[in-house]
Amino acid sequence: MALPNEYLKYPIRKYGMDQDYYDWSITFRRTPVVWPNKARVALWVTPALQWYPMDLEGKPVAPPGMFNRPYPDYRNYSHRDYGLRVGVFRVMKLLDDLGIKASVPMNSAVAERYPVLVEEVNKRDWEIIGHGVHMGRMHYEGMDENLEKEFVSESIATLRRISGQPIRGWLSIGKSESSKTPDLVASQGVEYLCDWANDDLPYEFRTSKKALWSMPHTLEIDDRHLLFELKQRESDYVQQIKDQFDTLYRESEQYGGRILSIALHPWVIGHPYRIRYLAEALRYIVAHDGVWAATGADILDTFRKQQG
Amino acid sequence: MLSDPNVYVYSPYNNRPKITWPNGARVAFWVVPNIEFYELYPPPHPTRKDMARPAPDIQFYSSRDYGNRAGLWRLMEVMDRYGVRGSVSLNVAVCDHHPEIIEACLKRNWELFSHGVYNTRFQYGMSEAQHREFIEDVIATIKKHSGQSVAGWLSPALSNTEMTLDLLAEYEVLYTCDLFHDDQPQPVKVKKGKLISMPYAVEMNDIMVFHQVAARSPRHYAETIKAQFDQLYEEGAENGTVMCIPLHPFLIGQPHRIGPFAEALEYITSHDGVWVTTGREIAQHYYKYHYDDVVAAQLQSTRK
Repeated sequence: MALPNEYLKYPIRKYGMDQDYYDWSITFRRTPVVWPNKARVALWVTPALQWYPMDLEGKPVAPPGMFNRPYPDYRNYSHRDYGLRVGVFRVMKLLDDLGIKASVPMNSAVAERYPVLVEEVNKRDWEIIGHGVHMGRMHYEGMDENLEKEFVSESIATLRRISGQPIRGWLSIGKSESSKTPDLVASQGVEYLCDWANDDLPYEFRTSKKALWSMPHTLEIDDRHLLFELKQRESDYVQQIKDQFDTLYRESEQYGGRILSIALHPWVIGHPYRIRYLAEALRYIVAHDGVWAATGADILDTFRKQQG
Repeated sequence: MLSDPNVYVYSPYNNRPKITWPNGARVAFWVVPNIEFYELYPPPHPTRKDMARPAPDIQFYSSRDYGNRAGLWRLMEVMDRYGVRGSVSLNVAVCDHHPEIIEACLKRNWELFSHGVYNTRFQYGMSEAQHREFIEDVIATIKKHSGQSVAGWLSPALSNTEMTLDLLAEYEVLYTCDLFHDDQPQPVKVKKGKLISMPYAVEMNDIMVFHQVAARSPRHYAETIKAQFDQLYEEGAENGTVMCIPLHPFLIGQPHRIGPFAEALEYITSHDGVWVTTGREIAQHYYKYHYDDVVAAQLQSTRK
C-alpha cells in the first residue's frame, strides 16, 4: 500500500517537545528539592477506591481490570467489590500501624455508595484525589465533549460534597485522557494531575485554563499492573519496590529529594496472602532514616514553595 | 510476498571459519540503548498501529518520554561505571528535539546509528524514492549533529521493506540489526556492495522481556543476561561470538530495574576475554579479517 508523501514530512521536528503541555527538561539537571526534616524520599502511597459496575461495557476503551465474562458477571463484579468491603480495611490497618498517610484516588460512585469509606479516609486526615465517576466512565479522545465535562464536574463536585475536602488532585481512570481532560480538570479547580508517567518529580503542566502540576504517580510500581496484569510473583513485587526505593534513596544524596510513588488497588493487594508482602515492602522502607510519608498535596506544596 | 526472504544463505553453526576478536577475546560485547522519540499524534499508517488507545494515548507517550527525561541518564551513569560505551539506535529526530542527549552521547564517545526518524514512522510501504529520501535524511542528520557516518541500521519499530537491505549497502551502511538468525555477524545478500547482519539478540531486548513477550521481573532479566553471557563465553573459546543487550531507557532506566541490570553488567565486564565494544568496531574488524573467508566458505558449501 502506497504511503502518502506527507508521511515523510515532520512539521514539529524542532527543539523541545512535540506538544505544548510541558517543557523538555532532564530530571537530573534540576535544582534539588529539600523535603521537611531533610528527608531523602517522600513516600506517596495511593490506594485507589474504584467501583466496577456489573454492566461494564469497556468500549471503545476498556478500563484496567476489565471484565472478561458474559453478563451477569458476578465473578468479576464481586471480586472487584471485595476491595471496597474487606481489602481496603487491611490496607488501612497496615498503613495505620506504620504511620503512613495516604492519598486515595476515589471514584465518586464509591463516595455515594459507601460513604463510610469517606469517613474512614477523613478520620485519618488522608487526602482524596478525583478519580472519575466509576470504572465504566473512561475518558478518551473522541468522546462527547459535554459528556466528559459532566463526568469531570460531577465526580469532583460529589467528592467535595460528601468529603468536605478541596479535591486538589486528579487521576484519570486507567491514566486515560482525552485532549480536553487537562483543561476540564483545571477549570474545576484541580491543581495537580497524576496521569503522565514521564518523570520522577513534579513539573509544570500547561492547559488553556490555569496551569496544573504533573505529579509522578507511578505506572509500574503498581500492584494491579505487576500482580494482576503481568502475573508476577508477590516476592518479585516486594523486591521491585525495594529496588525502586534503594535507587531513589541513593540518588537523593546527589540530586535532592525524591518521590517514591506506590499505587495500590485494595481489590488486588487486599487479599490475605498479598497484604503480608506489602507489609514487608513498606516495613523495609520506613525502617530507613529520611523517609517522609506524605500526601500528594503535601508533597506538591513543599515542592512549590521552593520551586513554584 | 516471498516465502524465504533470501537475504542470507543457510549456514549451520558447526564447521564455520573461526572468528577471532582483538586480544584473543571470546565474546564481542555491545550494548544498544534505543534512544527514541514517539510522537503524541503520529500520522496513521495503513498497515500498522502501535497505540492501544485513540491519540493522544498519553500513557503510551508519557511512559516513553520517561526514557529521555530520566531513564537514559541513569543508564549512562551505570554504563560509565563499567566502562561500556553505547551503540545508540537513534531516532534521529532526537537530534532536533533533544540535542542535550546527543551531546551527552558524544562526550562518552558513543556510536550513533540509525533507528529511523521517529519510532512512530514506519518504513512499510515506502516507494524507492521515499525510502532513499528517508535514508538520506537519517545519514545527513547524524552527520550534521555528530560528524559520524552511519554504520548501523535498525529499522524504526522493526518495520522493513524488501528494498531496505539493498539500499543500505548502496549507502555504505556497514551492518543491519534487523535479522535475528545468528550469534555471529553474517554476510547479507545484497544487489550491490556489502552488508552484514549484527547479532541483536531479540530475546535479550528489555522491551521483549518486560512487555511484549515474557513480563519478567527485573531480577529475572538480570539472570537471563548472565546465563546468555555464560553460554556465549563458553562457546567463544572455540569460535568468537557476539553478545548484545538491546535496551530501552524508558524501561531499563526505571529505578526498580537499573540496580539488577548494573549487577549483570558488572558480571560480564569482570570477565577476562570480553571485548567491550561498539557495533561499528565489530563490523570493521569483521570486514577486515573475516568477511571474505566467510563468504568464500558459504559459497563453497552452497555449491556442494
